[in-house]
Amino acid sequence: MTHSTTTPHSARPDITVGSLNRIDKTRSRRSKFLRRFAAHKLAFTGGSILVIVTLVAIFGPMLTPSPFDVAGANRLQPPSLEHPFGTDNYGRDVLARVAEGARVSLFVGAFTAVCTAVLGCAVGLYAAYNRVADMILMRISDGLMAFPAILLAIAIMAALGQQTSNVIIALTIVFTPYVARIVRSSALVVREQTFVEALKAQGASRTRIIWINIAPNVVSPLIVQATFVFADSIITEAALSFLGAGVPPPAPSWGNMLLDGKNLIYTAWWMTVFPGVFIMSTILAINLLGDGLRDLLDPTYRSKTSGRKRKARKAARAAARQTAAHQSTASRPTTREGESS
Amino acid sequence: MAGYLMRRVLALVPVLCVVAVVTFGLMHMMPGDAAAVMLGPDASEEQVEALRESLGLNEPLIVQFFSWVGSALTGDLGTSFFIGLPVTEVLFAALGPTINLALLAQVLAILIGVPAGILAAKRQGTGADQAVMAGALMGISVPSFLLGLFLMLIFGVWLGWLPVAGYVPPEDGLADALRYLALPAVALGSMQAALIARMTRTAMLDTFSKNYMKTAKAKGVRARVSLYKHALRNAALPIITTIGQTLGTLIAGAAVVETVFNIPGIGQLVVNSVERRDLVVIQGVVLLIAVAYVLINFFVDILYSVLDPRVRFAGGDS
Repeated sequence: MTHSTTTPHSARPDITVGSLNRIDKTRSRRSKFLRRFAAHKLAFTGGSILVIVTLVAIFGPMLTPSPFDVAGANRLQPPSLEHPFGTDNYGRDVLARVAEGARVSLFVGAFTAVCTAVLGCAVGLYAAYNRVADMILMRISDGLMAFPAILLAIAIMAALGQQTSNVIIALTIVFTPYVARIVRSSALVVREQTFVEALKAQGASRTRIIWINIAPNVVSPLIVQATFVFADSIITEAALSFLGAGVPPPAPSWGNMLLDGKNLIYTAWWMTVFPGVFIMSTILAINLLGDGLRDLLDPTYRSKTSGRKRKARKAARAAARQTAAHQSTASRPTTREGESS
Repeated sequence: MAGYLMRRVLALVPVLCVVAVVTFGLMHMMPGDAAAVMLGPDASEEQVEALRESLGLNEPLIVQFFSWVGSALTGDLGTSFFIGLPVTEVLFAALGPTINLALLAQVLAILIGVPAGILAAKRQGTGADQAVMAGALMGISVPSFLLGLFLMLIFGVWLGWLPVAGYVPPEDGLADALRYLALPAVALGSMQAALIARMTRTAMLDTFSKNYMKTAKAKGVRARVSLYKHALRNAALPIITTIGQTLGTLIAGAAVVETVFNIPGIGQLVVNSVERRDLVVIQGVVLLIAVAYVLINFFVDILYSVLDPRVRFAGGDS
């Protein structure tokens, strides 16, 4: 996780003073962030669980039998040494399917988070910068936010057809407005700062100001919000697949495994419990990580004294040099809204 | 007040327009010919043409849009091709169980969330606080349909205390209806309770730092009285907003939980319609719930301004 927020730089990097210490300081700053991350118990726990689930997703399918192997003789076996999570009604190994499902769920979640972040960032930045664009874009996102997320996603899936790529499209449409909102409110504050005025006076183009000078200042709330979108899209994808409107079978996803499990809940509890536990721990981990990142990245969430000290140190450093990728305590707005989705 | 009301009503217009355009657009998001897709590959040329005609797909887009909005305003959401009944009729038949479930879940969530939030705020930093906050995090992290499945497995299948699935309308015996609705309502209400508990805690902690709380303490008001009369009343506004804002989500959530417990409500209707690609019904459900959501938020805003006159004068630009 890079901690790359940029100080408004209206001046060129001061090469003589800066280049000597730059690499060294960037590295120490990164390790400082990692240290703070490791010290933040909840964020660290969340991150660790997420790493484990990711490892299961990457290596699990290599170590388990194929999740598609149908074996009539092995139908509905309870958990055993051979099949630690049991087998389903086609005799397929549930552990293998959970691991393969982790791939699907994490892929859909991560891809949606990235798409949403990029799109939401663009919409939010332009909305913050231009009044007319603001009116139009924000009314559209108000309208989209009037639909409950899951319902809009179902409706879009019904129209587009059941396909994994369509799940990502549907979720991106559903969650972009929430990201755009956060980016916009952060960017509005940045826009009012003196350095933007200075850039305008110097004749910097709009694109330059928006993408090179404002965008880096909204990265922290964007990362935090993208983390929550990641969690929400995993939940929504699972719900969609559970309702039969998401990832189409036979590809396993945690959601459609639960649907199979529900139909056999009397005979095969393992078909419900294992995918369920994986969804639960993944979402919990991402939420913990998101809360933690917010604490760590958002200066308004930190304790007062350390913030002041940091600011003082920052000021001293900034006076000495200016680099393209460094830290700013420029007043960034809170991202409490992030909880809303 | 009249001016404020006027502003809020005007602010509804663009939102409802977007809602209408998106809902209408669903039919045109279908890849290829909507009528052919809905009928499936076996349909004959004439059948497709007839459905195109009845859906009005041969008209120019803009004409289609306005005639659709026009009939939606008069309560006509079209006729489901598969069920052969007007969508409005189908919708209202399915609405009862969904609303019962959503209301029961909401009541449960308030009964659990508010006291838990007050407790956490009163004992800030102690074990009780941490327990409530951990519970709230769990509530937010477990999707309602998953919690529903787990509850079903534990209380329905393993312990056998409650029926696994099904629905009894309250008219046929309240006790039975509650037995069937208990698990779904808990599953649906848990996230709501978590959100309410978090909000209550934050709002209460906010009021604790206010000067009037100090005054109350200084003049010797009993702790219990100051907690409920001074703190809770002032913290009530954000709590009410949270409850109102999440009501729409709750109805949509009810649709998902219903499918878990085979309750014949909006959710079943949507799932069946997705299977049949019966977009007319889906459009109807989406429109109804989105409009309900917008109106609920509108009334919460109005209620807010009635409860707290400051809102009206602040020139609500939200």
